[in-house]
Amino acid sequence: MAKITFITKDGEKVTVEGDSGNVMQLAVNNGVEGIDGDCGGVCSCATCHVFVAENDMDKVGEAGEIEADMLELEDNVSDFSRLCCQIEVSEAIDGIELTVAKED
Amino acid sequence: MQQIIVSFLYYSKKIPLRNDMDKSKMACPFAHARAEKGYGDMNDQDDPVKILLRLRDVRKSAKDWKTFQSGGEEVGRIVVPSEVHIRDTRQIPFEVDPPEHTDYRNLVEPWFKRPNEDAYQSRLKEIVNVVLDDVLSKDTIEVVSEFSLVIQSRALTVLLNTPFEESETWIGWGTHVFRSEDTHLDADKANILYDYIDKEIDRAIKNPTDDLYSKLVNAEVNGKKLTKEEVKGVMILTFAGGRDTVINAITNSIAYFAEHPESLARIKESPEMINTAIEELIRYYAPLTHMGRVVTKNTQVCEQDIKAQSRVSLCWASANRDEKTFANPEEVVLDRKVNPHVSFGFGTHNCLGATHARALLRIILSEMVQKVKSIDILAHEDNVEDLDEFKRKVGFNSLSVKFNAI
Repeated sequence: MAKITFITKDGEKVTVEGDSGNVMQLAVNNGVEGIDGDCGGVCSCATCHVFVAENDMDKVGEAGEIEADMLELEDNVSDFSRLCCQIEVSEAIDGIELTVAKED
Repeated sequence: MQQIIVSFLYYSKKIPLRNDMDKSKMACPFAHARAEKGYGDMNDQDDPVKILLRLRDVRKSAKDWKTFQSGGEEVGRIVVPSEVHIRDTRQIPFEVDPPEHTDYRNLVEPWFKRPNEDAYQSRLKEIVNVVLDDVLSKDTIEVVSEFSLVIQSRALTVLLNTPFEESETWIGWGTHVFRSEDTHLDADKANILYDYIDKEIDRAIKNPTDDLYSKLVNAEVNGKKLTKEEVKGVMILTFAGGRDTVINAITNSIAYFAEHPESLARIKESPEMINTAIEELIRYYAPLTHMGRVVTKNTQVCEQDIKAQSRVSLCWASANRDEKTFANPEEVVLDRKVNPHVSFGFGTHNCLGATHARALLRIILSEMVQKVKSIDILAHEDNVEDLDEFKRKVGFNSLSVKFNAI
């Protein structure tokens, strides 16, 4: 079981739990605002962009090549950007904090 | 003579002729040009278009709305073939760029996300099941007009939240609302749609309901009520953007499953595959081949000078087959996990109707695998687009099949 905390645009903290699937799906299932996951997790839509807390980067790891190509073109991309549909939920990421990147 | 020898060799080796299983294949006409130079040239009504073919260039240009403009002065110019001569109404938010685009998009976005709601999906499910039961009871079905158009039109009543009966009018228009039989753009035909929308807007002003027209008629952007012309712009986009595209996506998918009945069984066994399967069919069939932009300043793409005020197009269909990103791009891989296709465009102007289209396609597939065992193709006529340098099959003009129940 992994606990994951999302910080939404309003600064609200939402902690959710899961043990399988990907982080985007977990966020959508729990109605985390700003994570849309339109494409269902195939890395096509970039509507699940998050910033990983600096201290958690080691746990989460860096984006793969295809994901990095997507992120590169996002307006507010940073060194801590990930598309969370590409992060697997597992014990290994227990306790991480993700800030929703969506801005409008 | 050569043909006979080739045929003989095929038969003698018991290798099936290619024709036996390729009605659902959509070969990529762009592969060579994409690898060699990265672009193609098309002369559209004496207003040439440079077609960008590589995923990276397509995505970069789609993001750079300042250089690759959608909201230029000449309404209809970014569409290929150009609609400059048949349309004066600006499609919104499609033909507006930021910052105005953002306000319009934020206004309509929540409405177009309704397909994520359970109640919305239940209504789609009902629509799809009625049509599936109907086609399963018949000997022959022409998929484009009797299946895809019917589902697309009825599902559109859910998106617009208009009475179901309106779909009968839309189905009555046939598949060629914007084109005459020879596929050229046809102003008279387009006017049928524009006049219909005018009437519906007047109706919504007089007797507002919970439909999209009424919502728009009463909406404000930056403290100002939308004008009738702006409401019309959103409605034209909704009708035009979601018609041929959805019809192509459904029809091509039916052709695919007709030639791959084992995939129906596989998805029935593993319904969690539905999402990747639909995304892959959307990638492979790319229902909209490309979309144009007007270049605002002299620039370069693929080492080619592109002059200010000229046109380029972003070729989603080619980008989706870019071997630099996609392994086995010419194969339909139903469980493709990472699939950064651009069938719904990319960036600022990505498809507003994508949520609806995805929900509808997922529901068609999930209901179909419960009821349909196999589909026999009886006759077909391809719909091939002519882009000068490239000829691309985008779907079918007609596809006659028999649906077989489980």
